Amino acid sequence: MATPVKVYGPPMSTAVSRVLACLLEKDVNFQLIPVDMSKGEHKKPDYLKIQPFGQVPSFQDESISLFESRAICRYVSEKYANQGNKRLYGTNPLEKASIEQWLEAEGQSFNPPSSALVFQLAFAPRMKLKQDLGVIKQSEEKLAKVLDVYEQRLGESRFLAGDEFTLADLSHLPNTQYLVSVTEKGEMFTKRKNVGRWWSEISGRDSWKKVVDLQKAPPPKSA
Amino acid sequence: MAVLKVHGSPFSTAVMRVVAALYEKELEFEFVTIDMKAGQHKSEAFLALNPFGQIPAFEDGDLKLFESRAITQYIAHEYASNGTQLICPDSKKMAIMSVWIEVEAHQYDPHAAKLCYELFYKPMFGQTTDPAAVEDLEAKLGKVLDVYEARLTQSKYLGGDCLGLADLHHLPTLHYLLGSSAKKLFDSRPHVSAWVADITARPAWAKVIAMQKS
Repeated sequence: MATPVKVYGPPMSTAVSRVLACLLEKDVNFQLIPVDMSKGEHKKPDYLKIQPFGQVPSFQDESISLFESRAICRYVSEKYANQGNKRLYGTNPLEKASIEQWLEAEGQSFNPPSSALVFQLAFAPRMKLKQDLGVIKQSEEKLAKVLDVYEQRLGESRFLAGDEFTLADLSHLPNTQYLVSVTEKGEMFTKRKNVGRWWSEISGRDSWKKVVDLQKAPPPKSA
Repeated sequence: MAVLKVHGSPFSTAVMRVVAALYEKELEFEFVTIDMKAGQHKSEAFLALNPFGQIPAFEDGDLKLFESRAITQYIAHEYASNGTQLICPDSKKMAIMSVWIEVEAHQYDPHAAKLCYELFYKPMFGQTTDPAAVEDLEAKLGKVLDVYEARLTQSKYLGGDCLGLADLHHLPTLHYLLGSSAKKLFDSRPHVSAWVADITARPAWAKVIAMQKS
């Protein structure tokens, strides 16, 4: 059996969970290595060597050290192309082009407002930080416009890039999970017919359910 | 070969990103100007090409794409044997380049794009630059460039030893920022400065800028 790959960071991090979902879709064994962010471990010199921006996740396998969750997902999908979900990153250039387009749409249009909402509504209260109502309002308006585009697209296509579940859909799981399960903005997804149907399908996948379980597991005690 | 088309404005950073890739790959293409002032990017015809109503949109025969970084990836892979090599055939090297492509998109561009908006687009549209926003954005961009400075002491280009998409994607915002007060952020970091001088001197990039003058 291959040496498990290493993923550094807490599963509750949206970017970490993006990578975990991909590894599970591809049946790649992994070891989750805790990074104690409450103690600033991610900003210490040892960690900065593997992720110079001091963020999670970072990733290592026997041949390479990587960061940026979407880059890690692309690498894993290509390296393990022949195992697990073989359609995750497309099987020909046209499929890949469509996946890349919607993966960029996720990163550039969906992620900024949804991340801001996740931070304001799910994390700020836990961290006892004051919420910024202006940011919440602006982010909700931006996200609504993006979801209107998705509603139209998902009326024409079962998944974002085409008929198959791909990295483009997977990339949306982390932020949406928080918005739907712990905030009152979940309706933005569930009240749009096609987006709601799509969310149900992608979040119902075994791989994502396992990630959600990992997020619910109690954090490891510090040594 | 099918006709390649780019829809947009030669002043848009995202459009320039795609055109830079096309010129580097020495590919012929048709440029279709979209009249942003007239709201043409929100017309039904354009929304059929990009449902987000943003430029650029790209066509290669029947294939239609949007998102500049997806378009450049497509061009770099599909036309790998033309012009400048913009990706790495070696999968490990490509994985490293892929990291820095994401860094440009998620760490550098958010601040750089907002700075371009404050320093260039706002005045272009008759609005006033916000100096406090500029100061804040310059500080944030400076921190990213500190990481670039360290990276470029170990690697000739951001993505690795060869020039690639990771470097190219920076050119449009760089072009605007170098003509502004933000230039000091690049000049004050020796390896970043050398890298900027190198990539902005490329003949293909000069062709992109020339489009703004015609």
